Amino acid sequence: MDWGSLSIIGMLASLIAASTPILLAALGEAVVERAGVLNLGVEGMMIIGAVAGFSAAVTTGSPWLGFLAGMGGGMALAVVFAVLTQGFLTNHVATGLALTLFGLGLSAMVGQSYVGQKPPRMPDINFGALSELPFLGRVLFSHDLIVYLGILLTILIWVFFRYVRAGLILRAVGENHDAAHGLGYRVILTRVAAILFGGAMAGLGGAYLSLARVPQWTEGMTAGSGWIALAIVVFASWRPERVLVGAYLFGGITILQLNLQAAGMTLSPAYLSMTPYLVTIIVLVLITRSRLSRSSQAPASLGRIFYAPR
Amino acid sequence: MIKIVKRPEPSSLAALMAPIIAIGITLIGCALLFLLLGKDPFTSVKALFWDPLFDPQIASFSRPQLLVKAAPIILIALGLSVGFQAGIWNIGAEGQYITGAIAATAVGLAFWGSDSIWVFPIMGLAGVLGGVAYAMVPAILRVQFGANEILVSLMLVYVAINLLAAMVTGPMKNPLAFGFPETRSFRDFPAAYNTEILDNSGLHYGVIATLLIVAIAYIVQTRHLFGFQVRVMGLAPKAARLSGVIPERMVVICFAISGGLAGLAGFFEVTGPAGKLTTEFGSGYGFTAIIVAFLGRLNPLGIVLAGLVLALTIIGGEIAQLTLNIPAAAVLVIQGMVLFFLLAADLFVRYRIKLSSKVAA
Repeated sequence: MDWGSLSIIGMLASLIAASTPILLAALGEAVVERAGVLNLGVEGMMIIGAVAGFSAAVTTGSPWLGFLAGMGGGMALAVVFAVLTQGFLTNHVATGLALTLFGLGLSAMVGQSYVGQKPPRMPDINFGALSELPFLGRVLFSHDLIVYLGILLTILIWVFFRYVRAGLILRAVGENHDAAHGLGYRVILTRVAAILFGGAMAGLGGAYLSLARVPQWTEGMTAGSGWIALAIVVFASWRPERVLVGAYLFGGITILQLNLQAAGMTLSPAYLSMTPYLVTIIVLVLITRSRLSRSSQAPASLGRIFYAPR
Repeated sequence: MIKIVKRPEPSSLAALMAPIIAIGITLIGCALLFLLLGKDPFTSVKALFWDPLFDPQIASFSRPQLLVKAAPIILIALGLSVGFQAGIWNIGAEGQYITGAIAATAVGLAFWGSDSIWVFPIMGLAGVLGGVAYAMVPAILRVQFGANEILVSLMLVYVAINLLAAMVTGPMKNPLAFGFPETRSFRDFPAAYNTEILDNSGLHYGVIATLLIVAIAYIVQTRHLFGFQVRVMGLAPKAARLSGVIPERMVVICFAISGGLAGLAGFFEVTGPAGKLTTEFGSGYGFTAIIVAFLGRLNPLGIVLAGLVLALTIIGGEIAQLTLNIPAAAVLVIQGMVLFFLLAADLFVRYRIKLSSKVAA
């Protein structure tokens, strides 16, 4: 194989872009899970976001309206999840699985007529002299707005969990919903808000996939990104700053294996395509193993059904 | 003012009615969805649920397909239902189904040309072991390291799909297939072929095995200590531990059962209806089976009924794809909807809705 064709700078730059869909979805899910809700429907919300964003962008010609539509699509699916889990007190795991199946199916139906089309291009940001910097210019200052939005949101959510009253209430609800209810906090309202936020983030991540990352619409194009996002939330111990690290790690593996395939490594491409999933499993094992000695950091009410006799 | 009040005892009538109501509402939901997508709702729903059984032109072909599609789904769902009762989530049956088929195919290809009657059973054993071995990965990682079995088993589905691609383009590729990514067809190997027992019935050995396993599952669930322990572990894990159930052992056993049955389903499929491995072999039965397990109330007899209903939607989906240009994935929408409505209807099993005229303080 041709080692010379592997460019470190190019790989670092594309790593940051490749991680963005997973970063956005995982940040959203971290907020949802911190509120005590386990939404396994991330994959479904992402792909609905992907198709909604793509169709809106192609129809209107504006990528920005596409991203908004993607968020709307993800949120619409999140509404279904919120109504079922918070209103009808359904099992979170089963509801999330149904959401993923439903999303995968619906996106294929809606997207049928968009296969093979090209989305409008996003305008480049002009960084002026910054992008001329050696190494850093290409790695840090060559991206589109959504990439930087992902990093900004990581910081905002970190601040939200730590210093904002609403963020502290959200964490209280996730740790012990009965106590939070007893203190007079609105458990269901908080959780519905978190679920909707998670849906919008997953939808945005999906839209970034179909509008910028790939960029086209194909059936089932998320290919497990939503599940990887869920694993990253566990890996990150529900902390936004670690979600960023996790997303870059997995983006890096994806980019590395793609580059190895392109460089003509003799191994069958199918084996290389396995690596992101295998690494997810390995990291998941290492992280849960090292955590067993300490106390578990999962929100204590995660996935439990809240019922208060009213 | 609407109030949700917990019932002292779960309602068994509501539990029985919920799947029927869920299917009914799903039909209405489908019609609305097709209307939104600009298709005639009545024709679309009829194509999905009625034509495969009763349309004079289609039914003769599609009716036998009912057993062919339902058998693997029921087989996998039976295995999953054991774990689900105990609160053990194997979401990766699709992967275990694929690895079971790969293992069975490997054995079949190794004995290619033999006319021994042992070839078929040994392939079946390999299929079961292939599924069990693959299911042991999430089980052992959960027991040893506490890794989340939902995420691990699901990740392994994507690994299995890639493994399948590697096999049919590499070591298991048919040298005479002109570069097509597929194995040799078991139709050309009578000792390994899972033939149709009665012409145009869809009845093959896998269907018979499935019925046998339904009976065994029913007896184990209702009459055997193991069935009881599984339920206790799901309802009251602490009580189960005090009564001598070892949770770690239970995780391993439940994954072994579900993985083994998924592998067995893969074996019957690759030797019969599919005939060979291709990159398209994994057709989502492992995911459909999750819905079937819930829709059948985790009860073997219920699973048979639910399996037949969802098999019908899969066949209907294939027909609608050809005749109405509805994508095959529409079936997933129906499956998702069924589960939504079922879960929602389940509220009435454990809770009552009370309407009171007074506004609560």
